[in-house]
Amino acid sequence: MKDRKIRIRLIQVSIFAVIFVAWFIATETESVSNLFLPKLGDVARDFWDLIGSGDAWSPLSVTLFELAVAFFNAVVFGTSIGYLVSRSKFMMRTFEPMFSSMFAVPLIIFYPLALLFFGLGPGSKIAIGSALGFFPVVLNTINGFGHVDAGYMRVARAMGAEGFPLFRRVLLPAALPIILTGYRIGFILCFLSIVGGETIGSFSGLGHQIVYYAESMLTSMMFAYIIFIVIIAYILNSLVFYMERKGNYY
Amino acid sequence: MQQTSATTRNADVGSDIAIHAGNITHIFGTDTDAQQVTALDDVSIDVFKGELLCLIGPSGCGKSTLLNIMGGLIDPSSGDVQVGATKVAGPMPHDVAFVFQESALFPWSTVVDNVIVALEFQGVPKEERSARAWNALESVDLADFGNHYPGQISGGMKQRAQLARALSLETEILLMDEPFGALDEQTRMILGEDLSVMLSKADKTIVFVTHSLAEAVFLADRVAVMSARPGKFKEIIEVGEGHPRDPDFMLSEKFGKMRNDLYGMLHDEIRKAVDGENAQT
Repeated sequence: MKDRKIRIRLIQVSIFAVIFVAWFIATETESVSNLFLPKLGDVARDFWDLIGSGDAWSPLSVTLFELAVAFFNAVVFGTSIGYLVSRSKFMMRTFEPMFSSMFAVPLIIFYPLALLFFGLGPGSKIAIGSALGFFPVVLNTINGFGHVDAGYMRVARAMGAEGFPLFRRVLLPAALPIILTGYRIGFILCFLSIVGGETIGSFSGLGHQIVYYAESMLTSMMFAYIIFIVIIAYILNSLVFYMERKGNYY
Repeated sequence: MQQTSATTRNADVGSDIAIHAGNITHIFGTDTDAQQVTALDDVSIDVFKGELLCLIGPSGCGKSTLLNIMGGLIDPSSGDVQVGATKVAGPMPHDVAFVFQESALFPWSTVVDNVIVALEFQGVPKEERSARAWNALESVDLADFGNHYPGQISGGMKQRAQLARALSLETEILLMDEPFGALDEQTRMILGEDLSVMLSKADKTIVFVTHSLAEAVFLADRVAVMSARPGKFKEIIEVGEGHPRDPDFMLSEKFGKMRNDLYGMLHDEIRKAVDGENAQT
C-alpha cells in the first residue's frame, strides 16, 4: 500500500522533472530562442526579484480582491436562489434546466460586454467572475436541497420534524457535501475567469502582468509571474479543497 | 422459561383498542394513470393495546402501505384510522414511533446524536435529551457505539440503534416496517429474541410488518395474513404464547405447526402475486 503511494508520487514528480530537464537542455543549448522560452536560471532570478522587490503584491491584491468579491457574490446569490428553487418541484422543473443550459454556454463571450458596462477596472472582472461562479453554486445547491434521500425525509416526517429543526438537522447536512463541491467548482471558475479577464483587458492584476511582460518581450519575467500564479492557485485550491473535505461527514 | 406477562399480552383480554383502521382503500396513481395500482381494498383491523400484531403477506400486498397509513405517513384514498380517540391526519410523533428497514439513521450524525435528533423533533427539553438517548442506547446494548457514525457499525447494530431511538421517544405505539428485512438470518434471530425480551418489559402496542414466517410466529401475539394485491386480510391467527419468548419456542411442535399453517395460507397468495407480476412483464 505504502509502496504504491511512493510509486505514484515518483511518477508524478518525474513527469515534471522530465519537462524541466527538457526545458533546461533546450534553452542552454539555444536550440529554442530565449525569446520564446527563457533560460530556467533567468526565470528563477526574475521570480526571486518579483518576490523580493514586492512588485507582485500590488497585482496580487487586486486579483484577490476581485476574486473575493466575485466568489462572495456567487455564493450568496447561488446559494439563496438555489435554496428557493429547490423548495418546489415546479420551480425546479422551470429553473434547473435553464441554469444548466446557461452554464453550458462559454460565458466568457460576454466579457467584452462586461468591459463596456464596467470598464477596464476590477468591476468587469468581478462581473464575469460572479457570473461564472454563480452557476455551479446554484446548480449544486438545487441538487443538494432538492434531492434529499426520500428515506431520510420519511424518517424526519415520521418524527414530526418541520421548520428550522428539519432544516438544520436533516436538509442542510444532507445537502452540504454537494453544495460545498459547488463552492469549490465555483471558486475555480471565479479565479479562472478573473485572471483570464485580466489578460484580455485590464489595468492591473496578475493576468495583466502576464500580458504586459509578454508584450514587452520580457518572457523570463512573464514565466516568473506564471509560476507565481500557479503557486497562488495551488494554495487557494488546497484551502478550498480542505474546506470541502471538512464539511463532508463520510 | 419465563411466561409471566402472558395475560397482559393476550389479545382477547385487552379489549382496549390502540389503533382502529376502518375500510381502508388505497390506490397509487390517478384514474388516467396506466400504472394505477390498488394496494389495499377495503381493509379493516383493530390493533389491541399492548399486543404485537404482525402483518404478513406476499410482496406488494400493501402491508407496508397499511403500516404507513396507520402512522399517518400516507393519506389513504378512502377510509380512516384512529389512534386512541384521535383521527389520524398526519404523523403523530408523541404517540407513534417508527422503525424502518433501512436508510433510517442519518449518516451525518453519530449514533447517539441520531437518538437526540428524534427527541429534539419530538420537543423534549434540551437538558433531558442526552441522558435519555444514552439510556436508550444502554437498553439495546449499544452504549459503547454511541459516538460512532452509522457508516461505522454493522447492519444489526443500526437496527438496534433505530430501536433505541424509537424506544427513547416513549410512545405507546411502535410501527415496525420489516425492521430486520435487510439482515442475515442469524442476526435477525438474535434481534428477534432481544426484541421479545425488551417488549416484555415495555408496555407497547406494536405493528410489525415482515415476510418471514418464523419471525411472525416467534414475535407476534396475532398474525394477520394478507392476500395478494389488492391487499385484504385473509385470516388472523392467534399465537397465544407469552413474552419474552424462549428461543426453544422455535423448536416446539406448536411453533412448527403454526409456521406450516401460515405457509399453507400464504403459498397460494405468493403464487398469485408472482404469476401476476409475470403476466405484467
